Amino acid sequence: MAVWIDALMMLLVLADLVLLGSSRISFCIRIVAFQGIVLGGLPLLRHAPDLGVRPLLLAATALMVKGVVFPRLLLKALRDANIRHEIEPFVGYTSSIVFGVVALGVFLALGRRLEMPLPAPSGLVVPASFFTGLVGLFLIMTRKKALTQVLGYLVMENGIYAFGAVLAIEQPWLVEMGVLLDVFVAVFVMGIIIFHISREFDHVDTHRLAFLRDWRKSYKPVLMKGKKNLEGEFEE
Amino acid sequence: MILLLLAIPCLGALAAFVLRSDRVRRKVLVATAMLHLALVVKAWKRAPQPVMNGWLGLDAAGMVFLSVTSVLFLAASIYAAGYLRQETQGRKGQPESGTLLNNAPEAVFSGCLLLFLATMTLVVVSRHFGLLWVAVEATTLASAPLIYFHRHDRSLEATWKYLLLCSVGIAVALLGTFFLAVAAAGPGNRAIPLVAGELIRRAGELNIPWLKAAFLLLLIGYGTKMGLAPMHTWLPDAHSEAPAVVSALLSGALLNCAFLGILRLREICAAAGQAAYGRDALIALGLLSMAVAAVFIIGQRDYKRLLAYSSIEHMGIMALGIGLGGAGVFGAIFHAVNHAFAKGMVFLVAGNILSAHATKSADKIRGLWQSLPVSGALWVAGFFAIAGAPPFGTFWSELIILKAALEGGRPVTAAAFLLFLAIIFIAMTATVMGMAQGENTSRLSTGFRETIAFIAPPAVLGGIVLLLGLYLPSPLRRVLHETAVLFGGL
Repeated sequence: MAVWIDALMMLLVLADLVLLGSSRISFCIRIVAFQGIVLGGLPLLRHAPDLGVRPLLLAATALMVKGVVFPRLLLKALRDANIRHEIEPFVGYTSSIVFGVVALGVFLALGRRLEMPLPAPSGLVVPASFFTGLVGLFLIMTRKKALTQVLGYLVMENGIYAFGAVLAIEQPWLVEMGVLLDVFVAVFVMGIIIFHISREFDHVDTHRLAFLRDWRKSYKPVLMKGKKNLEGEFEE
Repeated sequence: MILLLLAIPCLGALAAFVLRSDRVRRKVLVATAMLHLALVVKAWKRAPQPVMNGWLGLDAAGMVFLSVTSVLFLAASIYAAGYLRQETQGRKGQPESGTLLNNAPEAVFSGCLLLFLATMTLVVVSRHFGLLWVAVEATTLASAPLIYFHRHDRSLEATWKYLLLCSVGIAVALLGTFFLAVAAAGPGNRAIPLVAGELIRRAGELNIPWLKAAFLLLLIGYGTKMGLAPMHTWLPDAHSEAPAVVSALLSGALLNCAFLGILRLREICAAAGQAAYGRDALIALGLLSMAVAAVFIIGQRDYKRLLAYSSIEHMGIMALGIGLGGAGVFGAIFHAVNHAFAKGMVFLVAGNILSAHATKSADKIRGLWQSLPVSGALWVAGFFAIAGAPPFGTFWSELIILKAALEGGRPVTAAAFLLFLAIIFIAMTATVMGMAQGENTSRLSTGFRETIAFIAPPAVLGGIVLLLGLYLPSPLRRVLHETAVLFGGL
């Protein structure tokens, strides 16, 4: 089964690279959904051919939550909150991809050196899952919008899940507990949907969340409702 | 017994969500806190047995942190009952921009407060690393609505930052837990369960490189939650925007819980013969936290942010103490106790000041001794307690850590430690004394009275810190000692 796990890991990495280079949010959401479906295959392949209830349940949960529910919620948030469909990165797409390729090389080199205490089912698991986690972190840091940060968080989580689903599966309940990380994603998406509607929080660009900082001269209220996100491009 | 400790706050939370009457709900809040403390006192008399295959248990470290959390929560709940009574009287303006704001429903606030207690209890009693992780995640989720109690853009921003940063930290901690699972996979097919007792018993079989990596990841993950620099950036915002009660609990209890998460893995490392590993990382993070706190405390005009940065400083001191090892570990645990009570006290007093003066700017407040005689006195006393002046307990714990640094042959560390302490002491004196002295010129908001609910909790907490400085009861000394030995000290 090692070949198939390797193949899934490769798909995961390719999806990361696509994410680094694409500019439309709705497309990115679909790529993350694709990652979720790939992850759903991992517990099955890890345990094949003798599949018990546990891998089946894990696979079904990952597939449903990461592959179907969150992408749909995110697309709904994108529609409801009238977010511009462009990603607006701090770091350009080309530089992002260059960063990704370099990081991938480093992780592949490091992954070979790491000595596994147990016979690993695939040599690609450690580098691929780490790379995915790092890409997620990179997306959180370099993309402006709250929604894209959530997307980045989801990618990071996918990396950690890939690691756990293949390597930490021997521990009872541990990977199942890890699925609870998804609760945060749910909270974030709900936050975006709810707070936009209640109009307390008219922008979803996180770089405008700059009220709370030190070295501020006075407490003058700054008008937060900017024009930038209202200048049209509501594509519906 | 342990299950009861978890069930009581959960039931209380359920009642808080369901009850319609605000007055009854406040009574439930205080009663639950009292019941929790009563159970903790009972646990002191007879140590409870581990339950659920050893997944839940209460060791010496658990006793220390559980007692601190429980006492602090009782003080906070009494304060909260008075605070909520006062908050509901009419709509209030936001201190900074003057706009009107709504509060979250009281049922949500009280319910989440009790859930917060339940999750913190779970952190303390978890002996399984996966469960510990779940518990730390749950504390984040239970406390987020508390920070967003005053519904306005600033608190929303603080809550968003808190959730995003802590969730990334929690994700890293999960990776660390997975690493620990790999380290425990062992040769052949005999994986060691991630229960602390089992891991310690079979520590020799652990894979050392993976254990080390797990420690570093957990240090970063839980360190984010603990507020160690450079992962601290959520902390000043969340602490300054949350209501005083919540700030007190976040600072006094939650940060300690995250600290305990790091300590738990130190215990495993020590058992595996790796007690020396990661000490430099802890010392570096500790000194960096103190340095960052010192820089931002100088010239800090927002007194709640000032206290938040002081929390970062104290977390740094604890990390430093653990890193120094030996007596430093004892000092760090003792400091965690002292800091929890002292910081709980000053945050509650800061809440009084904010309620009366309706501003967080230290520049606009003069003559607290005139305007709020009791709170003003407590404010100054609390400042001395938190800054580590004798005879408060904080002084002794800082002294023990300093001594450990000198005895461990690290004079540079000791000098840096003293330097940062001195800078912070001077900078805080300027702000705090400026607020206390002088002529009061601003008009107080009419709704605030210094009632017993606002005075007694901080006064009692301050009394405890003072008492800990003058006299350390022998059962407490014994348990602190046992805890320090657990984590590879002394």
